Amino acid sequence: MPSTAPAAHALSDVTASDSTLRRFLHGLPGVDAVGLEARAASLGTRSIKTTAKAYAIDLAISMVDLTTLEGADTPGKVRALGAKAVHPDPTDRTTPTTAAVCVYPDMVAVAKEAVAGSGVKVASVATAFPAGRAALDVKLADVRDAVAAGADEIDMVIDRGAFLSGRYLKVYDEIVAVKQACGDSARLKVIFETGELSTYDNIRRASWLGMLAGADFIKTSTGKVAVNATPANTLLMLEAVRDFRAQTGVQVGVKPAGGIRTSKDAIKFLVLVNETAGADWLDNHWFRFGASSLLNDLLMQRQKLATGRYSGPDYVTVD
Amino acid sequence: MSDRLSVFKTYKLYVGGKFPRSESGRVYEVTDAKGNWLANAPLSSRKDARDAVVAARKAFGGWSGATAYNRGQVLYRVAEMLEGRREQFVREVADAEGLSKSKAAAVVDATIDRWVWYAGWTDKIAQVTGGANPVAGPYFNLSSPEPTGVVAVLAPQESSFLGLVSVVAPVIATGNTAVVIASEKAPLPALSLGEVLATSDVPGGVVNVLSGRTAEIAAPLAAHQDVNAIDLAGADEALAKELEIAAADNLKRVLRPQAVDYFETPGTERMTAFLETKTVWHPTGSLGAGGSSY
Repeated sequence: MPSTAPAAHALSDVTASDSTLRRFLHGLPGVDAVGLEARAASLGTRSIKTTAKAYAIDLAISMVDLTTLEGADTPGKVRALGAKAVHPDPTDRTTPTTAAVCVYPDMVAVAKEAVAGSGVKVASVATAFPAGRAALDVKLADVRDAVAAGADEIDMVIDRGAFLSGRYLKVYDEIVAVKQACGDSARLKVIFETGELSTYDNIRRASWLGMLAGADFIKTSTGKVAVNATPANTLLMLEAVRDFRAQTGVQVGVKPAGGIRTSKDAIKFLVLVNETAGADWLDNHWFRFGASSLLNDLLMQRQKLATGRYSGPDYVTVD
Repeated sequence: MSDRLSVFKTYKLYVGGKFPRSESGRVYEVTDAKGNWLANAPLSSRKDARDAVVAARKAFGGWSGATAYNRGQVLYRVAEMLEGRREQFVREVADAEGLSKSKAAAVVDATIDRWVWYAGWTDKIAQVTGGANPVAGPYFNLSSPEPTGVVAVLAPQESSFLGLVSVVAPVIATGNTAVVIASEKAPLPALSLGEVLATSDVPGGVVNVLSGRTAEIAAPLAAHQDVNAIDLAGADEALAKELEIAAADNLKRVLRPQAVDYFETPGTERMTAFLETKTVWHPTGSLGAGGSSY
């Protein structure tokens, strides 16, 4: 039954049993879908220019989890990615490093070596990513393997099948178990795969469930399904972390992943963060972008601001 | 006669196969040769130019990779579509350049013939500019022309339709993609050409048409690091100099403005100006004592 690990906060009693957990999650206020989308859209119209834009671009670069999650990943590709994370723009050493590189567990050791000494973290997806369809023992072995290889962060996927069929405590226990497997050495990001949760109400419930179970970060999606991070679902999750901190004092990070490709999009997300969760989250300890092609666009925009000329894909690395 | 209200046309840009308004929301008044109002045309900003370059770059792979024969068919199709809209273009050219109906009709006919002329060149230019080179070694040595990439084209200011087609068609015939700045004073035929291109198998982004102040749009294009060449046909001397300096930064190919009679049959210069020569060495195998191994 539920472990005692994250139970230090005010909401510890709601996870006492399956029924209390369900009552709590279903007792969360329903989401006004139209209002949520309108709010996200209206925050997306802010005009961020000149020095504010330069600040936002550097902040966004420092928040990127530079990701490669392909079956075709090779050690060489991961090393190249690591080099890019450490020096995103080799022609301009004032460019900040990215927050982390994100790879599959078997590439953690390679990635760790590639970013050694730079402060760039290594995140690893685990728990039978991206489907999450494996026995708990297998998932935990996956996590321990990544942690043993030196992963600083673990990106786990929740069991969407269990969540959608209402077995919330099973999902909760699994997150708690994974959190324990991470130990003190790795921060845990919990991926909900919002594109598979069908409703905004479910996204809100999943957010609270993840935070109750001790997630250090809640993350929208794997990037492997049709609908990934959207301004609306990220706004919803930002509201959840804000409310969770207000109730429990525990701050949880947010990571939208997949589908964010342009600087313009990234800056819109930063506006959402600032206006919803607040400036405390405007730091790569609390907010990340799961992305690969986004970084190149940020770098091109950065070059444009520095030189006044539009840059092109010939001036950033192909990866 | 009837008291029906006529429907005014909203002229819009042609970027990436779509018809957006200017990102800036601005328009400017376009008048005929006598100063009577004709329409409002979009007044493009540098961001429209940037978006057009992105669209042109995206289209480059497919268009340059298409067979020359296929490009010829597509360009011929453009001429077919132009023929169908002949009346409209005669009216627009007559208004834009202050020509009589019959003179404007001659311009439009010459323009359609120009498309056909360049459509025929697509699969022949390689024979003219490429070739097998004799070299002192056991190799075949072949030169073949390849498109330069994304070309910014400043369309001629005076010849709003014949001049426009005379500079755009040679750029895309060889497989380049183009960002075209229409004549500042008379952009309407160019914007209507976008509608023709959209309905004639030319993939979106191969030709992108912007209207507005030539100097304002050309400056960011000349400095743009992802533009490979620029045709300065529509620039005056001072602007051309300024743009050429900006274009030097990433070694763009530059075609300087020159006096051209657009009614005359052109040479191949406007095509070869935007071609790169690729040279391939291929071993023929050992030439043994008995001569060639073939």
